[in-house]
Order: sequence, then structure tokens, then C-alpha cells
Amino acid sequence: MWIIKFLTSSIGRKLIMSLTGLFLCLFLVVHLIGNLQLLIPDGGETFNRYAYMMTHSPLIKIIAYGNYFFILLHAVQGILISLSNKSAKSQKYAVSTNANSSWASKNMMLLGLLVLAFILIHMGDFWFRMKAEGGFLGEGWVAMLTYEGIGEPVANLYDRVVITFSQLWIVIVYLIGLVALAIHLNHGFASAFQSLGLNHKKYTPLIKGLGKAYSILIPLGFAIIPLYVFFTNL
Amino acid sequence: MKLQLKIWRQKSADSTGRFETYTVEADEHMSFLEMLDVLNETLIHEKKEPVVFEHDCREGICGSCSMVINGRPHGPMQGTTACQLHMRSFKNGDTITIEPFRAKSFPVLKDLSVDRSAFDRIIESGGYISVNTGQAPDGNSLPIEKDLAGKAFEAAACIGCGACVAACPNGSAMLFTSAKVSHLGLLPQGAVEHSARVQNMVNQMDKEGFGMCSNTEACEAECPKEISVENIARLNRSYMASIMGSEK
Ligand code: HEM
Ligand code: SF4
Ligand code: FES
Repeated sequence: MWIIKFLTSSIGRKLIMSLTGLFLCLFLVVHLIGNLQLLIPDGGETFNRYAYMMTHSPLIKIIAYGNYFFILLHAVQGILISLSNKSAKSQKYAVSTNANSSWASKNMMLLGLLVLAFILIHMGDFWFRMKAEGGFLGEGWVAMLTYEGIGEPVANLYDRVVITFSQLWIVIVYLIGLVALAIHLNHGFASAFQSLGLNHKKYTPLIKGLGKAYSILIPLGFAIIPLYVFFTNL
Repeated sequence: MKLQLKIWRQKSADSTGRFETYTVEADEHMSFLEMLDVLNETLIHEKKEPVVFEHDCREGICGSCSMVINGRPHGPMQGTTACQLHMRSFKNGDTITIEPFRAKSFPVLKDLSVDRSAFDRIIESGGYISVNTGQAPDGNSLPIEKDLAGKAFEAAACIGCGACVAACPNGSAMLFTSAKVSHLGLLPQGAVEHSARVQNMVNQMDKEGFGMCSNTEACEAECPKEISVENIARLNRSYMASIMGSEK
């Protein structure tokens, strides 16, 4: 079958990496905009209402499951590609050089694994607690409260965020994860366009510039949240 | 100038190699290969095995002189093959490490010589035009846009040396394959078979066990003919267009 041949070819596998990678880049923008509502000084009401809306919309549910699937696909495919690439190199050179390529471009798997570890820790901190609340694991994973206009108790995720980011070591773990993400994207963003075959004298310099800006601004935006919460709750 | 050479010595494809150290007296006007010739003459006089390295044209057009000099395929000079590298790029007293190209698909045969027949098989799978294109046509008898002709010409500069594979941390042959696909496919005589050629050459490239492209762009930096990674993007989109758009 041509489609199997396509998706298992070297170029097809890189197509999967680039499409899933770019989808995740888009997700990060939406996720950041949503999360910046944590900075609104209203005791978390705007954010909690937003989180309630997001967890109770069937459309968002579909996108969320697509997102989990793409993260898994990207991670598994990335690891498989990197391992296969390592075995295509018979032996390392005695003299190694950094003159011809960036460190990030050669360490995407290491960076990706750090990001993956971070995603798991991050989901354990919030997503898991919300899912566990009131289930067979009992109660107390996340505080509940009521808001006008919503006829059932709403998870106080804002409260969880404050508790979590009041601990210095968690803030540090988040910052490490975000630095790894920044370096991953510093190479990954523009790389994805090249994998898609999009290289053009006029647009490639723009894409590269956009990639550098994206890879710094998005992780920086995320980093503001734990830092802000930590320093305002000292 | 007096130099210390650390050279990879390996008896045969299946023996394990190791570095040997030699000293050589060279002249800054010598080419890198002439410096190795001087070393080999000394070794022959001493009734020792000379260092095996490949060479043919010694003018930067055949792509034979594969070796990694101080960690860089074809040495430190931008856009230059090892045979065109001169000893004035080094200083008296330098230690120079010389290794064979390293890639699973380029097994070492002896010392610095590697088997690059995987490239020949990629060419055999589609790197040609099936019909006889005849004598060189009269100028402008076949209109070709200037920019396209330029791009095809730049891609045609690839000498099949394999430095791209040697430089790539993944041992990927994308720069070589994309250069061939571009040089043929951008011109009217080659465009006819472009779609089929792209699939066949990529299939063969994958079959030979070359790695996948991570866009490190180490290949472009080390290519003695400065082939651009723009060609890799062209190969990517041509392959997708071919496998999704054609009936094959
Ligand atoms: C939100 C998280 C992530 C984003 C936005 C992201 C984004 C990207 C992008 C845009 C690329 C470039 C694709 C290409 O070169 O065509 C890439 C490559 C890569 N990613 Fe991720 N990634 C993420 C998480 C991960 C994770 C969790 C892993 C797990 C190991 C991972 C492993 C890799 C690897 C190994 C590559 C390089 C593949 C190659 O070129 O050989 N990434 N990523
Ligand atoms: S693309 Fe450059 S490095 Fe690769 S084989 Fe051709 S000339 Fe050599
Ligand atoms: S010997 Fe021909 S290119 Fe160097």
C-alpha cells in the first residue's frame, strides 16, 4: 500500500514529526493564552471558569485527546528516528567539532525526553488531580467551589496552581522543563518547515526569525506564571 | 614545517582499527595529499605498509579524496576538497588527526578508504535520463529560465564525494540525493522522469541504511561544492508530491 510505504519512508516519518511538532507549537500558544488568565487578580474566578468550560466542552475534549495522541506519536516517532539515526553512524570521530551545526539540532531526543518528563510531571500536578477528584481515589485532590451560573461544584484549579508554585523546587523543575522546550523549539520550529519541503529565498529567513522568537517568547510566557505565583506568595 | 599525524590504520573491512602516530616534514605549498605522499614514501623506505587513501583527479572534481581531517570532512577550509587543501592551512608543530568517513553505509575497506558504492546504487536507481539527449543543443534552442538553469547547475556541481554523509550525525544521504534529483529534475530533459526518479532514489537511499534528516545542516557546511540544503527541501516536497499525487 502506497500510504504505508509513504509513512514508513524516511521522508514520510519526518513529515509526521513536523506535522505533529507544528500542531504542538499551535497548542502551546492556545495553552499559554488560557493560562495567562491565572495572572488576573480576581481570586482565580476567570481562570477557574475558563478551566471548567474547557473540561466540559465536547469539542475541546476531542481536541485534547487529539493532542495527547499527537504528543505520544511525536515522542515515540522522535525516539525511534533518533535511535535509528544513531545506528546509521558506525563510529564517532576521535575529534568532534561543533563548527558545522548547532548543539540543539544534534540533541533533539535528549531535549524531547526532558520535555516529555516535564509534561508527565505537569499533568500529574494538575490534570491527574482533577480527574482523580471524587473518583475511586477518593476526595481531596483538588478543592471545589461554586460559582454563580454553574449548577455544580467547580474545581478550584487556581488554588492548586498557587499551592504547587509556592514550592521552590517545583518552580525550578518547571523552569528546567521550559528551558529544554526553548532549546528544542529553537531548532525544531524552523526545522519542521524544511521537513515539509518549505524552503524559499523570501520566506525562510522569516520562518527562521519567527522560530527563534517563538522559542524564546512562548517558554518565557509560561515561565512568568510559576515565577509570579512564587514571588507573590512568599 | 614539522607535523605530527594521528592516522586511523585498519588492515581490512573486518579488522579493528586504531590510531598510529607519525611525524612528517612538509612544505606549506604542498597539498594535503602530497603531504601524505611524502609520509607514504618514508613508510615504503622503512618497509612499512603505506597509508591507503583514495585520490584521482587531485583538482577537486572527482570526489575520491575522502578523509576527515581534525573532525571535519575534507578538512578546515570552506568549499574545498582534501586534495585542494594546502598545508599553509596548518602551522609548524601542529598535530593533525586523520580518520576515514564514518557511516554505517560507508564501511571502511582499509585505513582511510571507505566503500561508497551505496551512492552508485542510488544513482543506478534513477539518477539518469532514460533517453539519449543527443549532442549539446544549440544555445537557446530549448528555452530554460535563467534562475532554474542556475539552480540546476549549482546542484550538478555535486561530485558524489560523500562528505555530507560523513558530516551528518545521522549518516544521512539527503544532500547528495537531493543534489542529483535537483540537477536532473530542474531541466526539461530530466523533468519528464522527475516523479518516478524521486521515489526510486529515495527508496534506494532508505534501503542502503542512510539515516533520516534532522536538518542539522552539517552537510551544507562541510560540502566541498557548497550544495545548499534548499535541495533537500525540494527533495522532500517532490517526494511527497510524487507519492501522493502520482498514480504509482
Ligand atoms: C510541546 C512539546 C513539543 C513540541 C512543541 C515539539 C516540537 C517539535 C518540532 C517542531 C520539531 C521539528 C520537526 C522536524 O524537524 O521536522 C521537533 C522535533 C523533534 N522532537 Fe519534538 N516537540 C515537543 C515534544 C517532544 C517530545 C516529548 C519528544 C520526546 C522524545 C520530542 C522529540 C523530538 C525529536 C527526537 C525531534 C527530532 C526529530 C528529527 O529531526 O530527527 N519532542 N519537535
Ligand atoms: S552534496 Fe556535497 S558533500 Fe555530498 S556528495 Fe555531493 S559534493 Fe560531496
Ligand atoms: S582527488 Fe579528486 S576531488 Fe580530490
